[in-house]
Amino acid sequence: MSVRWEDLVEGSEPPPLVLGPLTRTDFVRYQGASGDMQPIHHDEPFARAAGYQAPLAVGMYHAGVLNTWATNWLGPENVRRTKVRWKSQAWPGDVLECSGRIARRYEEHGERRVDLELVCRRRGDGQTVVEGWMTFVVPR
Amino acid sequence: MIDRSALGAVGAPFVLDVERGKIHEFARATASSHPAHFTGDDPVSPPTFLTTTFFWEQLVPDSNPWHRVQMSPERGMHAEQEYVFHGPPPRAGTRLTCQSRIAEMYDKHGKRGGTLTFVVMVTEFRDAGGKLVAEARMTAVETAQAPVEKP
Repeated sequence: MSVRWEDLVEGSEPPPLVLGPLTRTDFVRYQGASGDMQPIHHDEPFARAAGYQAPLAVGMYHAGVLNTWATNWLGPENVRRTKVRWKSQAWPGDVLECSGRIARRYEEHGERRVDLELVCRRRGDGQTVVEGWMTFVVPR
Repeated sequence: MIDRSALGAVGAPFVLDVERGKIHEFARATASSHPAHFTGDDPVSPPTFLTTTFFWEQLVPDSNPWHRVQMSPERGMHAEQEYVFHGPPPRAGTRLTCQSRIAEMYDKHGKRGGTLTFVVMVTEFRDAGGKLVAEARMTAVETAQAPVEKP
C-alpha cells in the first residue's frame, strides 16, 4: 500500500480519521502507554477540584492520533519531522476529526519529500483542538 | 512562578531502550494499526513515541531539568511539541542516550492582556555510536492568570 509520488499533489487530502466519542478509558490507555500519569486526565475528583467538570483529554493523545492519520497514509518509517500546537481542550464525549493536506512537495538532498499541514477539529462546533505540521520522505 | 535561572540547565544523561512491546502498546493507544508498528522483530516507533522518556528519566536522578523551571501547575500548559528525526524514527532494539536542557525562555503579550512566558526544553537522542538520531522540542507556557476554560 505504498503511495506513488505522482499521486501526491499539493492540496491532496485523504479522508479524515474520526476519533471518538472520546472516553476516559482512551485517556487511561494513552497515559499508561506514555508514562504521563497526570491525574487531571483520569481522576474525576481531582479534575473537579481544579475547576473542570470532567477529566480533560491528554493533549499528546489526540496529537498522537493526528500523527496516526498521516502515518496511515505515508508510512511511519518515512516521518522526518512532526510538530503540534494545542489550540483548545477536548473532553470525554467529543468526536474529533483528524485530517490534513499536502502543503509542499519537493526534492531535497536527493530525497523526495512532502510537508503536510494537519488539523484536529471537534465535530459539532468545528473548534480546532490541535494543529500540526509534518515532513515525510517518499521512497523511490 | 518561573525560575529564570533555570535557563541553560542541563539534565544528567539517561538511557531509553526502544522496546517492541512498548511500540505495540503506544501504537494501539494512538489508534494506529499500521503493520509497520506490529510486524517483525524491530518495528519502527510512532512519531510521538519518544514522549516515553517519562519512564526512563525517573531512573536517573537529576535527568529532567524541567523541575528547575518551577512552572505553576495551575497556570502552566503544554503549548507545542516537536520531534525531528535525522533518518527513519528509531526501531525496536535501539538503545538511545538522551539528554535534556532548558534551551529558551521568552515573554509575549497575550491577546487578553497579561504576559505569557514560554519555556522550551530540548532533548537530544543519540545512538550507541553517538550519532544524533532525534531531537524533541517541548514548549510550555505560563499565563498571568489561570486559563478560564470549562467544558
